[in-house]
Amino acid sequence: MTDVVSTAVRPGRPATSEMVRRLPEFLMIWVPLLLSAAHLISFSIWTIWISFTPSTLIPVAGWVGLRNYTAVLASRNWQIAFDNLLLFGTAFVLFSLITGLLLAILLDQRIRGENVLRTIFLYPLAVSFVVTGTVWSWLLNPGIGIEKLVHDLGWMTFKFDWLVDRDMAIWTIVIAAIWQSSGFAMALFLAGLRSVDTDIIRAAQIDGAGPIRTYWRVVLPTLWPITVTVVVVQLQFAISAFDLVRALTNGGPGIATQLPALVVYDLMFQRSQLGRGAAAAVLMLLILLAVLLPYAAWRYVRGRRAAHA
Amino acid sequence: MRDRSFAPSRALIYLIVTLFAAAYLAPLVVVVLNSLRADEEIAQSSMIGWPQHMAWGNYALAWSGFCVAETCSGIRPYMLNSALITIPATIFSTLLGAVAGYAVSLWRFRGDNWIYGIVTLGLFLPQQMRLLPWTIVLRDIGLINTLTGLVLIHTIQGLSFTVLFCRNYYIAIPHELIRAARIDGAGFFRIFWRIILPLSSPILIVTVIWQFTHIWNEFLYGVTFTTGQQQPVTAALIALSAAVADIPHYGVQSAAVIIAALPTLLIYLFGGRYFVRGLTAGAVK
Repeated sequence: MTDVVSTAVRPGRPATSEMVRRLPEFLMIWVPLLLSAAHLISFSIWTIWISFTPSTLIPVAGWVGLRNYTAVLASRNWQIAFDNLLLFGTAFVLFSLITGLLLAILLDQRIRGENVLRTIFLYPLAVSFVVTGTVWSWLLNPGIGIEKLVHDLGWMTFKFDWLVDRDMAIWTIVIAAIWQSSGFAMALFLAGLRSVDTDIIRAAQIDGAGPIRTYWRVVLPTLWPITVTVVVVQLQFAISAFDLVRALTNGGPGIATQLPALVVYDLMFQRSQLGRGAAAAVLMLLILLAVLLPYAAWRYVRGRRAAHA
Repeated sequence: MRDRSFAPSRALIYLIVTLFAAAYLAPLVVVVLNSLRADEEIAQSSMIGWPQHMAWGNYALAWSGFCVAETCSGIRPYMLNSALITIPATIFSTLLGAVAGYAVSLWRFRGDNWIYGIVTLGLFLPQQMRLLPWTIVLRDIGLINTLTGLVLIHTIQGLSFTVLFCRNYYIAIPHELIRAARIDGAGFFRIFWRIILPLSSPILIVTVIWQFTHIWNEFLYGVTFTTGQQQPVTAALIALSAAVADIPHYGVQSAAVIIAALPTLLIYLFGGRYFVRGLTAGAVK
């Protein structure tokens, strides 16, 4: 605790009593910070270590090299989960970006009731994924949901059975996830649109640019940093998605909507394959790093550029 | 842009936003309506419909009569569990985060940037990397399957968020203010209590809303570390759906879903502005 502004220590005061006097302050600063930092580091190292051991029901020492990793990577469960993640991640991020941007641009048109609309678009974020998943599982269930409603209205050939269709079930998760989180993209884009310099917009309009041209050429290019942030946050959510899938499809039908987070849980707590479960968790971390490291590099370069400018 | 020169398209704008608003509200409306419909009524038609007789009994049953697993106590005990986890964990993580955020931003010490960097790594590390170690730690200290265990987890893990929020806020407070107070002989806690805390309400509101929503909605730790009567309401809802899978009771389930979502929905309705501020904080720069 050597703070730069500390010059007020009275001369001649013994160091030990100074230490005692400042003990509560040391504890309040260091205990939470060290607990937080230490658990993050030690837990990560421990899980990585377990992923290289033959642990099954309980953690045991030993070394099996990459065997757990090859077993996970070769399993059908993981392969389906990984393919699903690619599709779900891409579709979800893309569509929630488009929806969020569209809503933000519309709300930016000085329309009446903006506050009410913003509240409506954002409220799903406050609700848990468990609730969201449960509700969407009802709406998308062909027996009691939208399909049944349309049948009751007289259109008997209408079909909307994605929830129970092996090939389409993953799209139900995309739908629910977009509903849940596109408001987040909207909020960020709206804040970005509001911070665009009005002089630039006026200048473009004086030059004769119409609204679409103004948006396309002048306003949207300023939103790049926000877009990157939204993509990273949403991808992070997609990679660790667990609650939503658990409540909506529980990975089914069969294992058609399996995702990495469910595979980890399944290996660790249902099949008692701790080593493989840990390996799958580390693989999740690696997927996340594949997204985050380029982002960190981009932030770094941008920060350096801003510092030089 | 933000003037009214594009009048011809305004009707279209209103049409589109209204359609979107309807789509966003629909699931909530459907669940509210279903929570007031009798099970037979839902079975005969679909989930989507207007209640013919207001079945208020669904709420009473969902609250304190319905059976989850073998216990027929409704979701009341699980709501209580969630409250007993969320309220202390929110308070502890916010207070500790405020003190730590104040320390790393205004009282520079050796290694502060390193510690701060590691703590914020917690925002990115997947929960799955921490599941097994937490299981072992909780078991070794005797807190597995207890509410205290979940409070501990959420307090420690919440620090990643709360330290980040508070640090980013405190870093803008002028250092001269601190220096002046120190020359007057004020110590670490006196400055925190007298100068920092009175300036902190905007960030503390954001942090509390954020932490409350996150912890209330958390599911993975709840379902992994607790069973039966110790589970939070998110885990109990899943157990409830599984329990009624054979003979669905959608009316009661809908009421349970509404009750479980109510605390965060209310917080959002009354503190929504701050919620949005928390979401957009730091992103628009």
